[in-house]
Amino acid sequence: MKPLELPTMDMENKEVLRRIEITGDMLLNMGPQHPSTHGVINFLVQTDGEVMKRAIPEVGYLHRSLEKIGERCTYNGFMPYTDRVDYIAAMFANQGWAMAVERLLGLQVPKRAEYCRVIACELNRISSHLVSVGTMAMDIGAVTPFPYALREREFINDLLEELCGARLTYNYLRIGGVAFDLPSGYEEKVSSFLDHFEKILDEFNRLITYNEIFIKRLAHLAPIPGPMAIEYCLAGPNLRASGVGFDVRKDLPYSVYPDFQFDVPVGKGEVGTVGDSWDRFWCRVEEMRQSCRILRQALAQIPRDAQIMGKVPRKIKLPEGAEAYSRIESARGDMQYYVVAGPGENAHRVKIRTGSFTAMGIIDALSRGLMIADLVALIASLDVVAPEIDR
Amino acid sequence: MQGFLDNLIRGWGHDPATWPWTQFVYLFFMGLFSFLVINFAAISGGIFSWAERRVAARMQSRVGPNRVGPAGFLQWIADAVKLLFKEDLIPDEADKVLFRAAPYFMMVGFACVFVALPFSHRLIIADMNVGIFYILAVTALIVVGIIMSGWSSNSKWSLFGAIRSAAQIVSYEIPAGMALMIPVLLAGTMSTQGIIRAQGAWPWQWFVFDNPAATAAFFIFFTSALAEGNRTPFDLPEAESELVSGYNTEYSGMRFSYFFLVEWGNLWVMSALAVTMFMGGWQVPFLPAARLDALAGWPAFFAEVASLAVFALKTLFFVFVVMWLRWTLPRIRVDQMMNMCWKYLVPASFVAVLFVAGWMLVVRAAPLLATAMHLVLAGAAGAAVVLFVLRVARNLRDTGDKFDFTSNW
Repeated sequence: MKPLELPTMDMENKEVLRRIEITGDMLLNMGPQHPSTHGVINFLVQTDGEVMKRAIPEVGYLHRSLEKIGERCTYNGFMPYTDRVDYIAAMFANQGWAMAVERLLGLQVPKRAEYCRVIACELNRISSHLVSVGTMAMDIGAVTPFPYALREREFINDLLEELCGARLTYNYLRIGGVAFDLPSGYEEKVSSFLDHFEKILDEFNRLITYNEIFIKRLAHLAPIPGPMAIEYCLAGPNLRASGVGFDVRKDLPYSVYPDFQFDVPVGKGEVGTVGDSWDRFWCRVEEMRQSCRILRQALAQIPRDAQIMGKVPRKIKLPEGAEAYSRIESARGDMQYYVVAGPGENAHRVKIRTGSFTAMGIIDALSRGLMIADLVALIASLDVVAPEIDR
Repeated sequence: MQGFLDNLIRGWGHDPATWPWTQFVYLFFMGLFSFLVINFAAISGGIFSWAERRVAARMQSRVGPNRVGPAGFLQWIADAVKLLFKEDLIPDEADKVLFRAAPYFMMVGFACVFVALPFSHRLIIADMNVGIFYILAVTALIVVGIIMSGWSSNSKWSLFGAIRSAAQIVSYEIPAGMALMIPVLLAGTMSTQGIIRAQGAWPWQWFVFDNPAATAAFFIFFTSALAEGNRTPFDLPEAESELVSGYNTEYSGMRFSYFFLVEWGNLWVMSALAVTMFMGGWQVPFLPAARLDALAGWPAFFAEVASLAVFALKTLFFVFVVMWLRWTLPRIRVDQMMNMCWKYLVPASFVAVLFVAGWMLVVRAAPLLATAMHLVLAGAAGAAVVLFVLRVARNLRDTGDKFDFTSNW
């Protein structure tokens, strides 16, 4: 008996190609090596000149079977791999994995370790959003904001390097705690960075956010109404820009986030429609401000005891079939880990759910009638990162 | 230039009208001058490529190229040599003849402009009585080169760039041309030198401050010149983030360098044109054109150098402004670009021409009004500059930033 042919993404594309051929439109392959697809993603663009009829995202160019690797490694051994889920914001992927396994173990993480995690994650959120807003400005054609954003990101990289020795793939969190305590004088360094950074954010707003051409390009562009954003499972800033104030840190609190006072910036359609591309940009800028607030509180409240690791068994063995699920607010939204324990020292099933993947899903629906330059802005505004899509 | 050559021949003791070798002297000096002008164009383009990278780096809190030569000044030579040595790749599917020819069209259209561009009081290759028409006409060759390169590359991105460019340059030639008609109206001549002579050395004697419509025309012209030179915010034909590299995507090596030479050399062309038409050109303070004409010997030489310096400084300032805009502004979209041209700039330029025509009739009746308007507009511009400086100082104070022009050279 012939095996059943499952419908795949590939087949759908072939069908799409056939249809484009029939209509006589032009098929434009935007990617996988296009400068503004933010990694290796391909967009099959059906177009009749500058105005697109449809843009179909084709993902999978950066698939590294991370979930399968997670099933082959020990629980601790998978931690460095999680960095590669989203290398712009590696700390969050660390935390999602650590939390999922801690839930399986029923482990209590020391308070100081939780604060270390929050400080590392919020610093990482700022650096990730800096890349996002910087590249978005660059995709619109303004190159100068990008080095400005990267300059600030370098300061954060320095801080994180001091914390965990790495500048990109941190591998800082451990199941049950963190790898290193805060170095001496770290609080002062972070708070002096924050003093400097909050002024830079104002400068950044003057430079690009309220630039007339920038607003003209992004206002009313590809607005996502709230219900549509929920339908397409958008997460994180993309969802909040549409006016849905859902933030895992607030609504399903984890770690020590209930200790902090912070707002969830929601898109208000300040210059255009609610949920347009400018709102998504603005949401990220505001989230950096809120992260600064969280960081200041965390630095003030961090407990002084030196305990940074909980009691973790040397060999993690779990009852087969035990399940755990963790949700954290990553820089790209709701990041979720689902783990089913296997018979030995490794998991039977690992599933990672990321914000970029769902953001890719909505591009097809939004792309109709946009121009090619708008597609670039739309991709940038959704802040998709190729490794996080494909894992 | 013909007058200069005739004088030269007379200096040798011949009558240029009857001497049999006159044509050969003309031919020799034609070759010499075109060699000089093409070199000036190419070298200024090369130096601007270095300047632009340094300026951009300063604006972006980077260092920029500073390794080759003092302050990295020889970087453009290193780049040129590198590009000359690179393989001249021609895509298999390309239309090979057009693909090879396209850069030359660009180069010719660009180099021809310099024939009618003044440099100083006497230094101009040909002071034609249709100078402005000539300049507008030969710059159109550039768009031919762009379309050829985009079409012959047989790449979709190149084609997009070429079509965008065609739409853009053809559209923006209308407001640019109409805006240039205003100095022509005010001066009563199309000769570039004649237009400069009709202005004065001081800002309140420039055509840009002649009347409000002339000020508007200056901005219309400058905007259109940015669009014709494919500079941000109108760099749609080569938008890196959208079209990979636009019409020159498939080019490499020397042919590629031609495109960029033209782009950077165009900085001088558009700035020099703006200075000539609106900003008093080479007019030296305290030395009116009539006195410059009368000078002879060494004083004439120094006056010539002074006028050259004045013209070059003004032009280089505008070159800097163009770079400044490029590294500040985002890019506009195709439809916005066309809207801006056809809905705003074209009507505004027509209105400005009509206004200036009427204004000249009014001024003929009341000459004092002209002087008053000159002073008012120049004063307003001065106030705008002061406001700008204050605003920059406030922004610097708010951010706690500081100027740093001395380090990292």
